[in-house]
Amino acid sequence: MDPIIILQAGVATGTVLLFATIGEIFAERAGVLNLGVEGMMLMGAMSAFSVANSTGNAWLGVLVGMLVAGLLSQLHAFIVIQLQADQVVSGLALTFVGTGLSLVLGEGLSKAGAGALLPRFSLPGLAAIPFLGPIFFTNQSVMVYLGYLLAPAAWYYIYHTRPGMNLRAIGEYPAAADSMGVNIYRLRYFYVFVGGMLAGLAGATISLAVSPGWFSELTTGGQGWIAVGLVIFAQWNPLRAMFGAYAFGALRRLILDIQGPALLFGASNIFKTHQSLTYFLEMLPYAFTVIILVIGSREAVRNRLGAPAALGVPYVRGERGR
Amino acid sequence: MIEPSSVIQMRGIVKRFPGVLASDHVDFELRRGEIHALLGENGAGKSTLMNILAGLYRADEGTIVVHDKPVNFSSPRQAIQAGIGMIHQHFMLVPSQSVTENILLGLDHPRFRLRLAENERRVAELGEQFGLKVDPKAKIWQLSVGEQQRVEILKMLYRGADILILDEPTAVLGPAETEQLFKTLRGMTTQGKSIIFISHKLNEVMAIADRVTVMRRGKVTAADVSTKSTSTAELARLMVGREVLFRVQKQPQTPGPVVLAIEDLTATNDRGLPALQKLNLQVHAGEIVGLAGVAGNGQRELAEVATGLRRAASGRILLNGENLTNQPVRRAIARGLAHVPEDRNRVGSSPNLSLTDNMIMKQYLQSPIGRGWQLDAGEAAAFAQRLKQSYEISAPSVETQARLLSGGNLQRLILAREITAQPKAMIAMQPTQGLDVGAVEVVHRLLLEQRQQGVAILLISEELDELLSLSDRVAVIYEGAIVGEVTDGDIEKIGQLMTGSV
Ligand SMILES: Nc1ncnc2c1ncn2[C@@H]1O[C@H](COP(=O)(O)OP(=O)(O)OP(=O)(O)O)[C@@H](O)[C@H]1O
Ligand SMILES: [Mg+2]
Repeated sequence: MDPIIILQAGVATGTVLLFATIGEIFAERAGVLNLGVEGMMLMGAMSAFSVANSTGNAWLGVLVGMLVAGLLSQLHAFIVIQLQADQVVSGLALTFVGTGLSLVLGEGLSKAGAGALLPRFSLPGLAAIPFLGPIFFTNQSVMVYLGYLLAPAAWYYIYHTRPGMNLRAIGEYPAAADSMGVNIYRLRYFYVFVGGMLAGLAGATISLAVSPGWFSELTTGGQGWIAVGLVIFAQWNPLRAMFGAYAFGALRRLILDIQGPALLFGASNIFKTHQSLTYFLEMLPYAFTVIILVIGSREAVRNRLGAPAALGVPYVRGERGR
Repeated sequence: MIEPSSVIQMRGIVKRFPGVLASDHVDFELRRGEIHALLGENGAGKSTLMNILAGLYRADEGTIVVHDKPVNFSSPRQAIQAGIGMIHQHFMLVPSQSVTENILLGLDHPRFRLRLAENERRVAELGEQFGLKVDPKAKIWQLSVGEQQRVEILKMLYRGADILILDEPTAVLGPAETEQLFKTLRGMTTQGKSIIFISHKLNEVMAIADRVTVMRRGKVTAADVSTKSTSTAELARLMVGREVLFRVQKQPQTPGPVVLAIEDLTATNDRGLPALQKLNLQVHAGEIVGLAGVAGNGQRELAEVATGLRRAASGRILLNGENLTNQPVRRAIARGLAHVPEDRNRVGSSPNLSLTDNMIMKQYLQSPIGRGWQLDAGEAAAFAQRLKQSYEISAPSVETQARLLSGGNLQRLILAREITAQPKAMIAMQPTQGLDVGAVEVVHRLLLEQRQQGVAILLISEELDELLSLSDRVAVIYEGAIVGEVTDGDIEKIGQLMTGSV
């Protein structure tokens, strides 16, 4: 139970959450709630692992994983943007579709041993920084470093670029953006696609880097749902998402590690002796997610947190009585 | 003198909505440098015609020529490129973004990186040039309605629009802000801009417009009317198709006993700040009490607390002696409290429900419409049909969704519903906002009839003319308390009380 190891592993697992959360932030900023993150992650993880194994090229796997999840997201986009169906229902259905498809298509993959994986390395120089070095810059996967770049880049894009400004506008008040000639429908498709690709990247990060392999639905183990909750926790801001994702990653790791040692703080480890307690611990991140989702669904809370005002509302031009 | 050249020519414009011919072979012409008023009853098709011109709707038939070039817009973007900018009835601004961000929305430059400082300077310069002062850094939600409107105009000017369409720009403005807007508009015409101005307030039209086009039921009934050679009465007649009584006939009448009593009422607004501070007010049977005040001094909260929609922190609301403070809304309804809310689209009606459903909202519990836990659909439809006829609500059928009604017709529906419930007291907030002269006349007549019937009416309005002509007394609200009362129609006194300077 070395805190450095827990934090280091926390950053690695947190990277998975980070990608999925940023992806969902993009979709929700555009006004589309996509509860299919879990399903898209599974499809991403499965296809990335499968392609990496059969071609021996992990990067090709990542690319295919992202594209497959991105394509899956367009199903949701079509249903909620074109057909204007309920976003919650469609998102849930997408998770079922993604989960089911990945289980069927991934049949037999779980026996395949890990083949080509993504590289891991230390960053010379930065790794030598006391405390932070070993946690953030030592023996991490290339995906972790990508996460360090992606979050600030996404933040900059959303708040300091013209397309980012348009993105915020279509999630806040699409009629205003539409009246100024912003193509709401095309942009919403696009950002749902971006969200899907990032969910795929999150999946690929699991199956090719963080915990390599294909373990059916246990591969993601509900992390897609945690990501959906983290979006609210992060107040739709990629930089806050970074903090939340790593904290949740570390928490997951701590819950695993705390069951190991026979002695904890000098006493016998009750988490080792009482199996039921560990179930309770393992439940915590999910319970926390459920609580965030419930609290975050209240109108007043949403407004205070700065939820995109048009989140979940289909856009129809010239509709009266909005 | 140079020939007045036309910048816009619309010919034979037809637009059909399900069940409505909103625009029936309409011709319209705008000349360079003029302010052209578009007049018409609610639902006459003014907004529809302008939405076509602004590229928001597509005409089913007809041609549009802008600056001598035929155009066929399929999006607002193309209209803006042709120099046409529309300022809508509902502002098209993103509340969480800054003034400058809103102005840059949808533009192609800056290409990627926002350098707001530069653009903020340009926005400030433009504001200077046209007399539209507003802080480029401020977030929209922090601005007053008048300032938001300036942002809307700036947005169009920034894009180089030389034709501006303003759809009821003054409906939401106070007198001072209206004056300011008119000054700006006049200034813009001298700089070569042409303006289309939609309004229901005829004296404004007379004051600001050069020419007028009048529409009725989707058709143009009068075009090329010069304001120099017409009068408000003439315009009203052209609009409504009959003489309009501008003077309301109010019978003298001695008020009865107190029906609605509000005692030491204290409440907070949505942000938890004090909105009502020990407010006292009484309304007698057969009396209309007008409540004057600058918007945001607690009028909305008063109406909500009194009807049970908002909690009172302390104080009491008595209806015929019965305490209704913090009681369920249904209790107030059962005791005969009617409510004509400010927001007729979201509070006063349920937009996606049919006319019938909206009309039976106060009747569905009682026979004959309510039978135990069932609804008698036949009775409901018959009831709605009766109301639709006697209150002259024009709609394709009682199955039509309420959101498709024009403002005036929706207000008739709400009044019809409230009045047939035979109230003892009524709270009406801004009942004529955005209504045409004919509809205003109807609403006024209905309110006075209720007064005649002995209903105690609290009329909350920002139109002083309306308050003075309808009310028996005018109370003035300032910072959540009644600061004075006027019975002799002394406008000056009311004005002083409203600004808290007495
Ligand atoms: N999107 C729509 N769908 C269906 N009917 C519509 C729609 N927009 C307008 N209408 C109908 O077309 C007619 C004209 O409406 P329009 O909004 O143009 O009137 P207006 O002259 O602007 O009225 P107001 O003074 O109340 O703003 C009305 O009967 C209205 O109900
Ligand atoms: Mg209109």
